[in-house]
Amino acid sequence: MAYAENTKSHFADELKSIRTSGLYKEERYIGSPQAARITVEYPEGAAPREVINLCANNYLGLSSHPEVLEAARKGLESRGFGLSSVRFICGTQDIHRELEQRLSEFLGTEDTVLFPSCMEANAGLFEVLLDKDDAMIADRLVHASIVDGMRLCKAQLYNYKHSNMAHLEEKLQETQGCRFRMIITDGVFSMDGDIAKLDEICVLAEKYNALVVVDDSHASGFLGKRGRGTHEHCGVLGKIDAITTTLGKALGGAAGGCVSGRKEIVELCRQRARPYLFSNTVPPVVVAATLKVLELLSRSTERRDKLESNTKYFREQITKAGIDIREGVHPIVPIMLYNAKLAQDFARDLYAEGIYVVGFFFPVVPQGQARIRVQISADHERQHLDKAVAAFAKVGAKYNILGKKKDEIITLYGA
Amino acid sequence: MAEDLKRVIIDYIKKEYLDEDSDEEITEDTKLISGGIVDSFSMVSLKMFLEKKFHIKIPDEKATPEAFDSVNNILTLVKEFVHS
Repeated sequence: MAYAENTKSHFADELKSIRTSGLYKEERYIGSPQAARITVEYPEGAAPREVINLCANNYLGLSSHPEVLEAARKGLESRGFGLSSVRFICGTQDIHRELEQRLSEFLGTEDTVLFPSCMEANAGLFEVLLDKDDAMIADRLVHASIVDGMRLCKAQLYNYKHSNMAHLEEKLQETQGCRFRMIITDGVFSMDGDIAKLDEICVLAEKYNALVVVDDSHASGFLGKRGRGTHEHCGVLGKIDAITTTLGKALGGAAGGCVSGRKEIVELCRQRARPYLFSNTVPPVVVAATLKVLELLSRSTERRDKLESNTKYFREQITKAGIDIREGVHPIVPIMLYNAKLAQDFARDLYAEGIYVVGFFFPVVPQGQARIRVQISADHERQHLDKAVAAFAKVGAKYNILGKKKDEIITLYGA
Repeated sequence: MAEDLKRVIIDYIKKEYLDEDSDEEITEDTKLISGGIVDSFSMVSLKMFLEKKFHIKIPDEKATPEAFDSVNNILTLVKEFVHS
């Protein structure tokens, strides 16, 4: 114990600089289960109030679904709370094996290995497969956990302009001398809600003999006609060499992730991926509940269909209200405000109207592209969405941005 | 020599980081990292380009966001290794 004064003051200064640069993240306390309506204490100490939640990754509304809760309860009773072990010592139960099989069936892959999170799946995967003679060619907007995973890997790192296939092809040509090439992308990009061109990526991968890895965290469970993910949406089922995804968003929302894909890739992760080898096993409660989630999703596409129609409805209504959004089909709907302060003020005023959203700005999104990221859920009813649109219209009128596009908003508020 | 280096770097940044239809101008003082043109992830490929182009090896501890924040800063960095 030598927490010297200069050490302490150094850490305190770091915190101060986070605050002064406006990047300090406040947590809000929620006193209810995750749902379309939640009870929030904000600011700290304020009386809790019920608001409509438009910023959860609870795409399918399964985080608090009664059948999922019941399955979790049964899992708790039949398999216990924890396993006090990593997988390969005494942490693999029959239900872990079953969930891995079910995920492979659902995602249309050869095999699957569970990780404590998708962050850890991404942290482990690249280092296991590639070495210094190889090249990783990543979309420039891949998730931070992929960036971290690539940093842990000795392979040469290349990146291409976001979703720019000509630039990707240039990189593939540039790396012809490498032993293996791997194209790495998110299936859906979390800040824009836009979808990777996996069909074109697979064509290029075939032409240049490259592997394809996709992080499908914002797609698994609902994108594609049967909700299998971006690979289904783009018509390339079975062509992705490794999919990393999370159980912490649409698929129940608790915790856990996986690598799913070619048999040998999965087996190598099981043998060598450090976050897998040295982390505790995914808790039985989560495994049991996720099995139920997959059963629900395999039984009916009702929830992803409702999410699709909710998304379409919200996108149409918010556009009609005169709000500038990034066009698309995904339940991530970026409300473009361009200016960081405007995004924060707008989110604060929406909260006063009973709508819970968060403003995002540089460095989370590029400079001059500040926004509010709305996320639609199958748990939302039309009345929630109507109330949200009305609140956006009211606050939008206050800031005089209705009917205005990028240049006009930037003229008013700056970028 | 310095002018040539500058041109090579500016051309690369324009081609590599700006959209084809972008009318943004890059000068030797344009803020690249803090201005949001090159993010810290993409900086890796810029470093690799400089190393290949000028046959140098830039140690990781020298490849800071500050050192890459403008073409002028990059020139200073590159010259340090070209001459050593």
